[in-house]
Amino acid sequence: MEGNVVLKMRNIHKIFPGVHALQGVDFTLRKGEIHALMGENGAGKSTLIKVLTGVYGKEDGDIFLDGTEGAVAIHSPQDAQNMGISTVYQEITLCPNLTVAENMFIARTKGAVQNWKKMNTDTDRILESLQIPARASQQLGTCSLAVQQMIAIARAVDMECKVLILDEPTSSLDEQEVEKLFKLMRDLRAKGVGIIFVTHFLEQVYEVCDRITVMRDGKLVGEYEVENLPRVQLVSKMLGKEVDDLSDIKSEVKTFDAGKDAVPVLEAEGLVSNAGIKPFDFHINKGEVNGFTGLLGSGRSECVRAIFGADRVTGGKVKMGGKDVKIAKPLDAMKNGIAYLPEDRKVDGIVGDLSVRDNIILAQQVLKGFFKPFSRAEANKVADEYIKLLNIKTASKDTPIKSLSGGNQQKAILARWLFTHPEYLILDEPTRGIDVGTKVDIQKLVLKLASEGMSVTFISSELDEMLRTCSRLIVMRDRKAVGELTGDDLNQGTVMNTIAGGDK
Amino acid sequence: MANSENAKTSSAGSLKNLVRNQCFIPVAALLLLAVFNLIADPSFFRITLGYNSAGNPVLSGFIIDIINNGSELAILAIGMTLVTAASGGQDISVGAAIAIAGSVILRVLCGGNARPETLQAPIIVAFLVACVVAMLFGAFNGVLVAYFKIQPMIATLILYTAGRSIAAWINNNELPVISDPRFAYFGGFIPGIPIPTPCFIAVACMVVIAIVLKVTNLRLYTQAVGINQSSSKLNGLNPELIKVLAFVILGLCVAVAGLIKVSRVSSINYSVIAKDIEMDAILAVALGGNALSGGKFNMAASIIGAFVIQCLTTTLYKFGVSSTALPAYKAVVVILLVVVSAPTVREYFDKITKKMKLSKEVA
Amino acid sequence: MKKKMAVLLTGAMVMATLAGCGGGEAAPAAETAAPADEAPAAEEAPAEEEAPAEEEASAEEAEAPAASGELITVGIINNDPSESGYRTANDADLKAAFTEENGYSASFAYGNPAVGNANEDQVKAAQQFIQDGVDYLLLSAADTAGWDTVLQDAQDAGVEVILFDRTIDADEGLYAASIVSDMDQEGQTAVDWLAGQGLETYNIIHIQGQMGSAAQQGRTKALDEKVAAEANWNMVEQQTASWNAENAQQIVQSVISSGKEFNVIYAENDDMAKGAVAALDAANISHGVGKDVIVMGFDCNKWALEELLAGNWNYDGQCNPFQSSYIDEVIKTLESGGTPAEKVIIMEEKGFDAETITQEDVDKYGI
Repeated sequence: MEGNVVLKMRNIHKIFPGVHALQGVDFTLRKGEIHALMGENGAGKSTLIKVLTGVYGKEDGDIFLDGTEGAVAIHSPQDAQNMGISTVYQEITLCPNLTVAENMFIARTKGAVQNWKKMNTDTDRILESLQIPARASQQLGTCSLAVQQMIAIARAVDMECKVLILDEPTSSLDEQEVEKLFKLMRDLRAKGVGIIFVTHFLEQVYEVCDRITVMRDGKLVGEYEVENLPRVQLVSKMLGKEVDDLSDIKSEVKTFDAGKDAVPVLEAEGLVSNAGIKPFDFHINKGEVNGFTGLLGSGRSECVRAIFGADRVTGGKVKMGGKDVKIAKPLDAMKNGIAYLPEDRKVDGIVGDLSVRDNIILAQQVLKGFFKPFSRAEANKVADEYIKLLNIKTASKDTPIKSLSGGNQQKAILARWLFTHPEYLILDEPTRGIDVGTKVDIQKLVLKLASEGMSVTFISSELDEMLRTCSRLIVMRDRKAVGELTGDDLNQGTVMNTIAGGDK
Repeated sequence: MANSENAKTSSAGSLKNLVRNQCFIPVAALLLLAVFNLIADPSFFRITLGYNSAGNPVLSGFIIDIINNGSELAILAIGMTLVTAASGGQDISVGAAIAIAGSVILRVLCGGNARPETLQAPIIVAFLVACVVAMLFGAFNGVLVAYFKIQPMIATLILYTAGRSIAAWINNNELPVISDPRFAYFGGFIPGIPIPTPCFIAVACMVVIAIVLKVTNLRLYTQAVGINQSSSKLNGLNPELIKVLAFVILGLCVAVAGLIKVSRVSSINYSVIAKDIEMDAILAVALGGNALSGGKFNMAASIIGAFVIQCLTTTLYKFGVSSTALPAYKAVVVILLVVVSAPTVREYFDKITKKMKLSKEVA
Repeated sequence: MKKKMAVLLTGAMVMATLAGCGGGEAAPAAETAAPADEAPAAEEAPAEEEAPAEEEASAEEAEAPAASGELITVGIINNDPSESGYRTANDADLKAAFTEENGYSASFAYGNPAVGNANEDQVKAAQQFIQDGVDYLLLSAADTAGWDTVLQDAQDAGVEVILFDRTIDADEGLYAASIVSDMDQEGQTAVDWLAGQGLETYNIIHIQGQMGSAAQQGRTKALDEKVAAEANWNMVEQQTASWNAENAQQIVQSVISSGKEFNVIYAENDDMAKGAVAALDAANISHGVGKDVIVMGFDCNKWALEELLAGNWNYDGQCNPFQSSYIDEVIKTLESGGTPAEKVIIMEEKGFDAETITQEDVDKYGI
């Protein structure tokens, strides 16, 4: 293997039932480099990592490791470990009630005898060499999250690893903690460890990484040196849109006139929740479609969740129709005519075992009250109506919603909220993971609803969908609203520039 | 031609629906026990009208025994079903809570004197006080589960351990005996009516819960919370409140069951009253094919499940199964029933029936 | 998670305290929650007894012959009074006997399995009593094992130990006396009484207590042997109701429904006899003195003896909870420098016949 390469993956294929998740992906990691693996949801990053760590088998392709002749076979995480591939996951997987030393050496001793004294001195030595502020005898739970994260890394590194995979290690850390972590990463780089860094934070990539591999839709987009890839280029590659493609899908349908007669439906000022976003201002007018855009993890969902009261609102003022309202919980928002279709359909949207009918009437039923259930006949009528209106494909209205396809589940949830006849509809990623036909249906529906006077906030990872439907975009970066685009600015170039952080 | 085919598929479909129906397993178990008894000794089904020592007409026979003695369990199964559906866990403090409710009833009736000549308060007052107390204890469990997010079994372990002591404390460690014959009506017979009163009470509870499920959204809310708490919250529900509500309803069931229990013997023994009844109540829910992890539920199936358990107990008593072996027999039957109603086994049967159908069609 | 546990524990403690304080209202009995914390009533003791343990012990020895004017301090370790009617009576009896008027200064501690580890709590309480320098340690242990060390400590400190109600697995030299019931004898007395009724045939429904308990084993043994030995003694039904009235009711109901003939109900405690009688009443089967079915119970609850007095039941066997007089005797013997004649003292236990029982018996022996 040529000089300083520690890991080479070539032509990796992975097929799940119905999805070709990895389509001939190549990946190369060199000694002493921090290599960012970037891509939006569904790009195949985590699948690639799981193939590398032996969690998944692969259909085709080869993995080469430094020091081993020919392709290696990794059948289990234990195999990967033994070959020097260590992983530190987003959630800390250590035991908080054991000491640092115990955590470092857990499941690593051969035989039943453990030399506790040696274990402690060894641990202290490692901690010192990596300058981790912790003691071997300390209980892990008493360390800060960042230190715990570092200990997890130290543990991984100590197992003579050549390849260290960090899967979103920074998502629960604050800025100083991130700094400490980066210092550790740089130290390890200096020691010659190859680090694969998976993150959603652009800033962090540019701060600490040497090289970037971008993936999209299960394919490799390319491998770049950090200094040769401006941010806006990175964003465009992740989203799959050319920056200079200014010919643009821009607004054939944008009829909304933000003129003087605009009636504000909802105005929020300094709104902030406990989900880690910075305070933001927001307003939407009657009949307007606007959107939050930004990369995954930029805080766009958190913003709308704050508006709906889905997270705990910790500050800010909200007015509806000019009057102050208090939205502390979803029911408050619903009573004020707000509807929210959540981002994660499976976790927050469907009530899986309940029938399509019950899922459709649920929200309106809650609004109606505990003692006023819809009669069976009423519920059936409503269900039939919306199944027809949205063309929901289901065996019957009694079918449990979980047995429907993703797109039809999404339509049923949409039906649920339309049935509440909201003034203001928030759609968070309504088109994720559903078929193309349904995507178009939903976009058309959004525009139709707006033309009938409903206000809609539309969030999508697919920029062209947003551009096609929204007349105003709020751009989020690193959990902060960084810009608001309207009119002629609504083109891919400007949006991507804003996402990437100006002209940097 | 087409018609006959339709008829065929629809009859096959209805058979399949019957098997799929959640009530199928408990009803089948009940029938199986009935058939077994019929073959072994048809006198099992004999019901005779006689007179009790007070000269009032009473029905007796094994069937009456089952319906009579299964009443408390059926009532508890109602509450336990709701708790299971909403919280995805079970309340193991039911027996101890019955001891408390029963103790409260006796305390109010006796007014502190362990052997009163006359009742110190109307029975209805005593019962209502017991309801309030039992519902408060239910709320206590519910709050631990819903707001402090403690596993239901762990949360209710507190009352499970402390309940019987509390019950004893309520009556100053005394063992009150009520001599007023009216108090015995609730666990025995009302003069002139030959059917045991607990049957009427159980039926009343079933009717009440049926009406409640009809005129309120209890079913929808409970199921939604049990299936997907996060989603229910985003639909404006208050999952915590609904869980507490389920525990409070169970508390009410406990008070009713407690009344029957203490009325049966007009007295109480704190350490043994309703002992292990929580396990039978949970079993009833499981036999009804309800997932113990919460979510969708079928109330009728749970109630039938309760009677299956009582039928089993009575059958075993009838055949004089040796006292030490009794729990073992019960366990074997329970294992069979639970295994048969397990989803994986049902799926397997589904597959077999499908195969059989296919081969039929080929033939 | 820690937080949750803390809340949970607090909850449990609140409950425990509730249970504890409440009991106090009626009888000081229920300071069950924290037996170890309970200080002996030192302030009631004479001044010299407040001295440290060893000194006091030696002082006591010296003074013993002339101690008639002094209070004898006893530490009494019992089980939770709410455990059963038997235990309630036992506790009340001890409380009534070991009073200042009778020349005692008594402190009580309890082990309650519902609140903590009963035996552990009892051991702790014993250690406390020894430390406080009591003269006598009276003990009804929750478990039979785990007492050797404590008893050795007691001996070293000069504290005499007297076991009551329950024996323990320890060297006999470690305690002065043990006062117990003989369950086998209880059963034998009852069976002998039954045999004395001279029925032509005995068709017996035998309702057993919690299987494996000492009372169940003792009370079952005599009957089993008799049924095996006599041709005209038949066991119609033998079933455990686990001390539970309601289970007993179901068992008897079941026998009645199946139409089997029977003329004796032998229930191993009063509760179960009561449940059985409820089933008889519902089926209009007469019971009691001179009636169709003989009803037998155990434990001599007051209400049960009243049933006897009214002729509704026929027999009730005593399980004597009144050990205080025996203990008092042992202490008196020890104080006067003697040793008890027997190490293991078996209490006299009566069996009451409905035909001979008097109101006096009910008041005296009813618990």
